[in-house]
Amino acid sequence: MSILEVQGLTKSFGGVAAVRGVSFTVEPGEMLALIGPNGAGKSTCFNMLGGQLPPDSGQVLLQGQNITFLPPRHICRLGVGRTFQITQIFASMSVRENVQTALLSHHRQSWKLWRAADTHHITEAEALLYKVGLATQAARPSAELAYGDLKRLELAIALAGQPRLLLMDEPTAGVAPAERAGLMDLVANLAREGQMAVLFTEHDMEIVFSCADRILVMDHGSLIAEGNATSIRANPQVQAVYLGTAA
Amino acid sequence: MIASLIQLLTGMAEASSLFLVAAGLTVIFGVTRVVNFAHGSLFMLGAYIGWSILSRMPRDPEYFALGVILAGLATAAIGAALEMTLLRRIYRAPELLQLLATFGVVLMVQDATLHLWGPEDLTLPRGRWLRSAVVILGERFPLYDLILIALGPIVLAIIWMIFTRTRWGTLVRAATQDRDMVSALGVDQRRLFTSVFAMGSGLAGMAGALALPEASANLQMDLTAITDAFVVVVIGGLGSISGAYLAALLIGILQAVGIIWLPKSTLVLVFVVMAAVLIVRPNGLRGRKLTAARGEADTIASIKPASPSLKLAALATLAIAIAAPFVIGPFALSVLTEMAIAILFAASLHVMMGPGGMASFGHAAWFGIGAYAAALPVKLLTVSMPIALLIAPIAAGMVALAVGALVVRLNGVTLAMLTLAFAQIVWAVAFQWSDVTGGDNGILGVWPPSWAGPQAMYFLALSLCAGGALLLRKMLYAPWGFALRASRDSTQRAEAIGLDTQRLRLTAFTLAGSAAGLAGGLAAFTKGSVFPTTISIGHSVDALVMVLLGGVQTMAGPIIGAIVYTGLFDALLLATDLWRFVLGAAIVAIVLIVPQGIAGLAKR
Amino acid sequence: MQLTRRTLLAASATLAAPAIVRAQGSTPIRIGEVNSYTAAPAFTLPYRNGLMLAVEQVNAAGGVLGRKIELLIRDDAGKPADAVRLAGELVSDQKVDVLAGGFLSNVGLALSDFALQNKKLFVAGEPLTDALVWEKGHRYGYRLRPSTYMQAAMLVDDAAKLPAKRWATVAPNYEYGTSTVKWFKQLLLAKRPDVTFIADQLPTLGKIDAGATVAALEQAKPEAILNVTFGPDLTNFVRQGNTRGLFENRSVVSVLTGEPEYLDPLGEETPEGWYVTGYPVNAVKDAANLAFIAAYKARFNELPKMGSIVGASLIASIAAGITKSGSTDSEAMADGFAGASFATPFGQATWRAQDHQSTLGTYVGRTALKNGHGEMVDWRYVDGAAALPSDAMVKTLRPA
Ligand SMILES: Nc1ncnc2c1ncn2[C@@H]1O[C@H](COP(=O)(O)OP(=O)(O)OP(=O)(O)O)[C@@H](O)[C@H]1O
Ligand SMILES: [Mg+2]
Repeated sequence: MSILEVQGLTKSFGGVAAVRGVSFTVEPGEMLALIGPNGAGKSTCFNMLGGQLPPDSGQVLLQGQNITFLPPRHICRLGVGRTFQITQIFASMSVRENVQTALLSHHRQSWKLWRAADTHHITEAEALLYKVGLATQAARPSAELAYGDLKRLELAIALAGQPRLLLMDEPTAGVAPAERAGLMDLVANLAREGQMAVLFTEHDMEIVFSCADRILVMDHGSLIAEGNATSIRANPQVQAVYLGTAA
Repeated sequence: MIASLIQLLTGMAEASSLFLVAAGLTVIFGVTRVVNFAHGSLFMLGAYIGWSILSRMPRDPEYFALGVILAGLATAAIGAALEMTLLRRIYRAPELLQLLATFGVVLMVQDATLHLWGPEDLTLPRGRWLRSAVVILGERFPLYDLILIALGPIVLAIIWMIFTRTRWGTLVRAATQDRDMVSALGVDQRRLFTSVFAMGSGLAGMAGALALPEASANLQMDLTAITDAFVVVVIGGLGSISGAYLAALLIGILQAVGIIWLPKSTLVLVFVVMAAVLIVRPNGLRGRKLTAARGEADTIASIKPASPSLKLAALATLAIAIAAPFVIGPFALSVLTEMAIAILFAASLHVMMGPGGMASFGHAAWFGIGAYAAALPVKLLTVSMPIALLIAPIAAGMVALAVGALVVRLNGVTLAMLTLAFAQIVWAVAFQWSDVTGGDNGILGVWPPSWAGPQAMYFLALSLCAGGALLLRKMLYAPWGFALRASRDSTQRAEAIGLDTQRLRLTAFTLAGSAAGLAGGLAAFTKGSVFPTTISIGHSVDALVMVLLGGVQTMAGPIIGAIVYTGLFDALLLATDLWRFVLGAAIVAIVLIVPQGIAGLAKR
Repeated sequence: MQLTRRTLLAASATLAAPAIVRAQGSTPIRIGEVNSYTAAPAFTLPYRNGLMLAVEQVNAAGGVLGRKIELLIRDDAGKPADAVRLAGELVSDQKVDVLAGGFLSNVGLALSDFALQNKKLFVAGEPLTDALVWEKGHRYGYRLRPSTYMQAAMLVDDAAKLPAKRWATVAPNYEYGTSTVKWFKQLLLAKRPDVTFIADQLPTLGKIDAGATVAALEQAKPEAILNVTFGPDLTNFVRQGNTRGLFENRSVVSVLTGEPEYLDPLGEETPEGWYVTGYPVNAVKDAANLAFIAAYKARFNELPKMGSIVGASLIASIAAGITKSGSTDSEAMADGFAGASFATPFGQATWRAQDHQSTLGTYVGRTALKNGHGEMVDWRYVDGAAALPSDAMVKTLRPA
């Protein structure tokens, strides 16, 4: 079964149609890229998958279960992790504490009132930070991190929930070009090892073509193409609306 | 009885008066995001300055207009000076710090006004035209009220023109919507802020002078004006001028009509209206969702556990607190008891404000509910003190849970003002329900049992309050506290990792209410009495001041703040007639020297 | 309950005892005074002047029991809880012999309760609530000013003579206001059963919405009005009333309005012909008043106000009480004050033994406008004793 099945998702903001009838599936262990020019509707799509926005119509099925109007926290509990286009982390905490907080939530320990939070899941947290390459920064206040490191931290937070499906909205934006490939390889490896599916948006075409197993192309709220790197590269419609304008 | 036309017109005149005070506040808030507590003081200064000018001038209308404008200009100058010397230095400081600074200014202005103009209410002799009336449907209606009715919309129109037709106004509107855009346009933001502050202050001053024909210049008008103005601004929608006018109209007319149906309703009517409006429309009648206030990101600094030196200081303080009663006199003991209670009161507010991210302007509500919930069973059912002290936090917590369920989904000033509205409603109940609560005479004779003398009560208060504060601290460092902070730092992220942010906030709200309730219960027994003043706005402000003075950033902040504020207050009260001025100056100085709060000093 | 409280008191009395051992004669008698100085400066600052003047006079005349009087003043900022705390400081740290003060009724009651708990004599100056000497009266509590009952009683004779049958009232929404209205209604109805009260306005203290209040009263079309508001509320009420003609062809009875601190701000808008209690400071001619006014003017360079009278009389009443008691022991004073007679600028007054209310009276008259200033005319001094209810009635009102 597909891990995620999206059917006819539609959303408009006060008359502006941001997403129009988008349907696709995500298969287990797959790296799926969702690309499109600015304002195409990618983030809006993500927000409907993650529960941040209610769709106007359409359905989202997670392994057959309808999660369309569930709140984000329920969707998370069903195994969907995500990162945001504008990174969202807990700025008042240290890097490790950010991950610990996520781990505590994952282990359903967030309502504990006694033992200090930062004594929980230390090894697990450090292992995650090691994975994303932040091991040396664990004790730093997260607010001090460089933007690229924030992206890594957010990834670690999302991974703490051991998701079956990871949604990443522009995971490498702001990351130094040299590090982008490494970061995405890491994600790809995790996906293959853990049978975790990854749906990501990305403006860096090199990354997209090298990492993605499959690519979806959006424009003006609609899906206009779907396929592997070669077919997308060759698609004239995609070239017209997208590749022509991309760097 | 049907509300007559006269009643309606009276309400509209009142609405104009309200609007004139509120307009300046909303302009200032919209652009600078300063919660200017001193707006009422500027209004009062406008009235006094206006009196000084107008009582020396002929009584003709043209001189009156001139005098009002002069008073407005004078207050505008004072406002500009205030902005340049004080507020400008703390724009980047934590949210609400401006509230603390301007609270200091309020105290200073109160004493300064008393000493400049004397204690007597100053009334402006009215010229014939100001005393005359027009006959409407057989009833007399003051000409000046008609002028006021017209003046509201006229001022609204003038402000609107300035904002839409001038370059300066365009910049101000741009700044209201998006601060960064203004700096992007290459405009000197400092000059813009100063001029906006001057304009808002000038409006307040003109409103003060315009109040003179129908009221005296007196030393209580600052606090009356500031609450009214805040309510109007919040109901109208923060930063919305036309919203402020609509809100003033709503309140003015409801008040004028309500006074016939239920004369006592004036006690809380505005707050009930505010609560109703905000629950239905959190952004007010015409407000929109605000962009993040300037510097807000900076305010979320990391929170580190206490350093060894701080722990040592805490232990030393505790040791002193335990040894002190054996050395000091009874009054000093009562001050220490007061401090202990203040610590829990402040620490409980801090749970909400700091890690919870929910500022409250009505924290005294829980304190008061706790106090009454402890005192009433003792008086009515002769319940024993330990049980009463158990009832206090439970009662306060339960009410907090119910209120919290309504309000925790809201944010920022809206949430803070709703707590204020609720506190005022509780206050009104305590005040008005005399059969049970004793009304303004309060409940007297709530003394502890014989085994608990002042010393025993001190140790009880110390153990419960210090223990309570430490327990709260413990919880904030536990997973729940982290989850709560996570919800504050980023609601989206918190929800995306599976946290129920609303419920976390609700538990924090309830816990804070409950802890404040315990503090209130203890206060009832250590003072032997409970009065509605424990629920007053002033008492809520005390809690805010303590937290902000100590620093929201650290867990030690509210404790230090409570000790310093209570100590300073008591010391000054005994030391000088000018205690308000000195206390205000001290607060301003602390704000300027350590914007992060006194606890911030320890961090350096 | 009762038992436990007594035990506590006994305990605290023993604790306090050793400190009271001090040389008689050389040490001053300490009077601790708590009042709402910053919250109600218009009344309390002239009041404080009165206190200070009287203390200077008493000390210049050799003091009391051969000891000087020392006055310690505290500001409660209008908050009863703070008043109680400061009273604690005065009693336990400053070891004052007598507590005095109070402006608002609730503060007065709180101080009185504190005095009872601590077995300390408390002499209330200004607080007008009857509860101070009746429902909540006790052995250690005395009160100087004519109470709300007495103020109402002083005005009700004139009110009863008015032809008006339909009355409306306006009073600040707190103890003083509601209790004055209650007594006035009761006393007037006793004299005039044909009278009806058709509207009661209860504006929030300090926050009157004068236009709406006046419009509401106007709408009720009363023939006469009882006003109990004072201070800024009164000013606003009078101005709106004048412009809207509320007072034309209507009788108005108004409590405290003749007191200079409230009458002066009305200035040329002083409505004429109101029946008021107050103090015609410009018109009194008797020796006691003139002497006080002269001394006050010499000292402070202004005319005394009602507050000044209360302050000066308060000191005089305490001095006389201590002299009669022959000691500053609380128990001795609690008994000894009763029946003590003292001189005030208004003449001689006495502490009633029955309810510890003084017989200090006040002036009743009508308002008039002279040279742009409000004044009292047709005034007479009403001795407090004449305005008090029968002893039998007091007995039912005051717990044993
Ligand atoms: N909350 C909102 N209110 C109104 N319009 C919105 C909102 N969010 C998105 N839009 C509009 O919907 C459209 C799609 O936006 P979306 O953020 O989904 O694009 P995107 O593909 O993620 O673009 P980018 O590559 O720039 O991130 C845009 O036109 C955007 O302006
Ligand atoms: Mg996007």
